[in-house]
Amino acid sequence: MAGHKHPSYLKIYFILLALFVVSVAGPEIAEKLGLEGLSRTVLVLSTAFGIAIWKAYLVCAYFMHLKVEKIYAPYILLACLSLLLVFFFGTATDAMFSNGHNWVKSYSEEAAKEEAQSRSHGGHDDHGDGHSDGDHDGEDHHDEGDHDGDDHNKEEDKDSHEAH
Amino acid sequence: MAHQIIATSRSRTGIPTGRLAVWWVIGSEILIFGGLIGSYLLNRFNHGPSWSVEAANTNTFIGACNTFWLLTSSLFVVFAHAASEKRDAKKTRMWIWLTIMLGGFFMGFKTYEYTTEIQHGFTLFTSNFWSFYYVATGLHGFHVVCGMVIMGIIAENDIKHGRNWHRVENIGLYWHFVDIIWIFLFPLMYIAK
Repeated sequence: MAGHKHPSYLKIYFILLALFVVSVAGPEIAEKLGLEGLSRTVLVLSTAFGIAIWKAYLVCAYFMHLKVEKIYAPYILLACLSLLLVFFFGTATDAMFSNGHNWVKSYSEEAAKEEAQSRSHGGHDDHGDGHSDGDHDGEDHHDEGDHDGDDHNKEEDKDSHEAH
Repeated sequence: MAHQIIATSRSRTGIPTGRLAVWWVIGSEILIFGGLIGSYLLNRFNHGPSWSVEAANTNTFIGACNTFWLLTSSLFVVFAHAASEKRDAKKTRMWIWLTIMLGGFFMGFKTYEYTTEIQHGFTLFTSNFWSFYYVATGLHGFHVVCGMVIMGIIAENDIKHGRNWHRVENIGLYWHFVDIIWIFLFPLMYIAK
């Protein structure tokens, strides 16, 4: 897009870097302070995801020059984004519910969590070596990790059938 | 055969043809990656505790390094665009190749990360979380590789011969979009634990 004055790219870059640091630090601070519940959710969502939206805006507006691009380009992007939201909310209303007529829930969140915990061997670490040395091999996990299998929580299935 | 002159402008929109095509590509990519991210969010809302335990095994340090490489490469590609507007082939090629180098760093780190995850038993089929992780980051990595190849072709086939300067901006737009996708994947896969 020749013919317009470029913004200071370096300035935008340093703002993006600062935002990146904040987005990593926010959830870390929530962890260190031992925040729980609403305060933790607000801090993590605002720093990790709020800042991601801000960063995306800066890249779009200044690096992609959307601020000075002809209006058709933002229209194309907004139309696709709107279509995405239609798809999302169209399916979310169904996907977020797990009850209803003839509904069978063959999934137990508690069992899935225990399975995930046994897989990670309790070695959770945010900084790169969250894997414990007591290794598992990849093959074993093909079977272990199938969360959608019917073998979870058979009792819950039975209860669900009885309820109907 | 002499270099063929191609139509590069479209009077109705005022946007050059190639750039308009890239905006359409980006629009369709919004639906592809947006669909993946939307599905991830729905699963995360429904299966918060187990997905949180799984996400704790991703490598935040590697993810942060990769964010740094892509942010910096975005800066380099706008420098390449600025140089191309001045018809400075030497600087344009230099910034393009530096961008490709950072894309290479990204893929190198990603390869190391995948290797480590797989060695520890976290494969594409381990659980729904890991399926999303590999599909989303794998598809993104594929886009990074495509961008690197296209940039190499533009640098050596066009800019070196002083032609098709507009392609630098076009590939730049694509590259920024790849960066934006990572901006969203990073907190989803590596930070929200």
